[in-house]
Amino acid sequence: MKIRNSALAGIALAATAALGLTACGGGTPAGNGSSASGGAPSGEITVYNAQHESLTKEWVDAFTAETGIKVTLRQGDDTEMSNQIIQEGQASPADVFLTENSPAMTQVENAGLFADVNKDTLDQVPAEFSPSTGKWTGIAARSTVLVYNKSKVTEDKLPKSMLDLASPEWKGRWAASPTGADFQAIVSALLELKGESATEDWLKAMKDNSKAYKGNSTAMKAVNAGEVDAALIYHYYYYGDQAKTGENSNNVTPYYFKNQDPGAFLSVSGGGVLKSSKNAAAAQAFLKFITGKKGQEVLKNGTSFEYAIGSDVPANDKLVPIKDLQAPKVDAAKLNSQKVSDLMTQAGLL
Amino acid sequence: MSVLAVLIALFSLVPLGYVAYMTVATGWDTAVGLILRPRVGELLMNTLLLMAATIPLCLLLGVAGAWLVERTNLRGRRIWAVLLAAPLAVPAFVNSYAWVSAIPSLGGLGSGILISTLSYFPLVYIPAAATLSRLDPAIEQSAAALGLGAWRAFFRVVLPQLRIALTGGALLVGLHLLAEYGAFAMIRFDTFTTAIMTQYRSTFNGAAGNMLASVLVFFCLLLLLAEVRSRGTARYARIGSGVQARALRLPLHAYQVPGQVFLLALTALAFGLPLYYVLKWIVAGGADVWTAAEFLPALFATFGYGLAGAAATIVVAFPMAYLAVRKPGWFSKSLELSNYVTSSMPGIVVALAFVTVSIRLVPGIYQTAGVLVAAYVLLFLPRALVNLRAGLAQAPKELDEAAQALGKPPLLAFIRVTLRLTAPAAAGGAALVFLAIANELTATLLLSPNGTKTLATEFWSKSSEIDYAGAAPYALLMILLSAPMTYLLFQQSKKVAGQ
Repeated sequence: MKIRNSALAGIALAATAALGLTACGGGTPAGNGSSASGGAPSGEITVYNAQHESLTKEWVDAFTAETGIKVTLRQGDDTEMSNQIIQEGQASPADVFLTENSPAMTQVENAGLFADVNKDTLDQVPAEFSPSTGKWTGIAARSTVLVYNKSKVTEDKLPKSMLDLASPEWKGRWAASPTGADFQAIVSALLELKGESATEDWLKAMKDNSKAYKGNSTAMKAVNAGEVDAALIYHYYYYGDQAKTGENSNNVTPYYFKNQDPGAFLSVSGGGVLKSSKNAAAAQAFLKFITGKKGQEVLKNGTSFEYAIGSDVPANDKLVPIKDLQAPKVDAAKLNSQKVSDLMTQAGLL
Repeated sequence: MSVLAVLIALFSLVPLGYVAYMTVATGWDTAVGLILRPRVGELLMNTLLLMAATIPLCLLLGVAGAWLVERTNLRGRRIWAVLLAAPLAVPAFVNSYAWVSAIPSLGGLGSGILISTLSYFPLVYIPAAATLSRLDPAIEQSAAALGLGAWRAFFRVVLPQLRIALTGGALLVGLHLLAEYGAFAMIRFDTFTTAIMTQYRSTFNGAAGNMLASVLVFFCLLLLLAEVRSRGTARYARIGSGVQARALRLPLHAYQVPGQVFLLALTALAFGLPLYYVLKWIVAGGADVWTAAEFLPALFATFGYGLAGAAATIVVAFPMAYLAVRKPGWFSKSLELSNYVTSSMPGIVVALAFVTVSIRLVPGIYQTAGVLVAAYVLLFLPRALVNLRAGLAQAPKELDEAAQALGKPPLLAFIRVTLRLTAPAAAGGAALVFLAIANELTATLLLSPNGTKTLATEFWSKSSEIDYAGAAPYALLMILLSAPMTYLLFQQSKKVAGQ
């Protein structure tokens, strides 16, 4: 008994000390080194990352290798983090905010929390992928797609428009991930293109017609297994899985709506620098790196299969080129995520 | 001690205050609008059905297992005794992950009931077994002498004595069900907690999520009330002279084999299946998934937080336990009640409360490790309290006074006598808290500092991307980390039985 007690106490003490040390090491506030003006950007930055962690890690590793700036990531979802940044206000520890879709960026922009993006970064990205205000920039893009099970749906029976999915013939046959920011971005495009009442009706029909899954990959997996006929997700999930083992997508074909249909929505992932950043120079440098040649080539050659949009880097060979997608023209600044959350809550989807 | 205890009680009321404040701040009309909508009705239906089906099933399985192990001549009962407690080492979301790997189309209420029952029946089994081992057989023998058969004696004599263990176990199962997120999210079963998490992921701290949280808290309080009422007022102590005899074990005869088969099936489904699928995914993933750069920091973080949280919880629980045992009265009872109420809150509500408080009131502590440890302390205080109270009860004041009479200063006497005697119970409580922290998901997701990963959060992010092979190492590490603690908990439970 005696030995056990003192051994236990000893272990507890040692481990608490260890935790204390690691906590001290891990919890250092970001942003030292900003006083080194005039020289190259240095120090550390904290990135609130709503993009896929694997992709941002590739960017971070390449960036740190090139500049020596240490980057700490906080992983989250688009609107979770945009709301978090707004609540944190000036006290936010974030230097950079990266998202998968635009509505979250617009939300933070409207709250007046972004600093102007450096001109040379903005010049690297074509105008259609960034808001005119210059408060943030596009870093990648993804296309809405309907993945369907070849054995369950023949090509002639495919819906001509995303709005057809609300009709009774599609009851119980399609899936989506309504709780995810990706789908909410698609709904925000629908809201912008077709108006509030059409969106409300579509969402109500969706509540009856569709099956909800947690995550686009899970929805695609369900289509692959034949549990549902089709799923409304983003393109890169299909290509990403095909590049790996294909076990979740071998029975699945992607279908692009085209014709400027809301279902052809090209969602732009955004990146911005916070006004409250303590190391603005390094933050701007990170954003410049992502939209620069090296950063965009990560998209072209890597495993994320999202569209590259900056520095004239073409998209991955396996993807349908952006100009062939016939995506509708959507003003990123008008996408309203709060309204979408409200409408989806009213429809009982959230 | 009293001052400390009051401070701790006030601190533990923060989440409750937060929920109340948010409900008031949102405005009556908006709140009613957000609560009285069809979606909430769905969630309510799901949650109620889940509880109505799972709690009785857990009670049945727990008591059956406990009785077979403690009161019959089951072969290999020592092994079965531990194996039946083993499912506690597997977090519910890992259980869900294994079942989804086995049957991908699993989803909905039925699967929810299946997975919850298999994950939570040990919470009834452990107290039931501990209490059964301490029951006085004299009462049952009197019943037999008065003509009651074995079954009737069980229902009239044994079961009522198990009341406290069963109501406590049922309460624990109910609270776990209300608070569980990961397991239900994986099988597409929506409950209040999954809906709150969904709202959080969309709106961070929006009104709708907070309203759902207040409904959830209301249910937790209802459950608490039900448990307190159902405890009854009967005395459970043995009076009279003589020493308690050992209970005779019922010979099973022809029921030996069916009994073994039943236990085998239960253990295989609850513990064997998750273990099998975790190992299967690890083999499928090969050496690639074991990237030391990723899982070592997560392992150290989990271990560190577990130890720090356990130590902090024991330290914080001590004043309350001391008051409850040495100075019982309405004061200590009301302190305990306030803490008890908070303990019933799900992790997500506590985390949301801390996030809001730290952003709006004390920005300096926002996103620091301290807040996460504080949340753990709040969440798991009662588990430490139960053990500490039992331990302190075994360290009578008289020994302390004797030490002082022999010349030691009061503080030294306290440390050398009382603290030392309480140490084993404290270790048991710490083990339980460590186990709970290692498997905690929701509060950790919300509160961990930037760049911190634990085994649970890493597992969750990997399995959300359906990278099941990548998630498997984390699942295995969590199970390995939890196993010794589960064993310790099982051993300690015998000592706190009947308290």
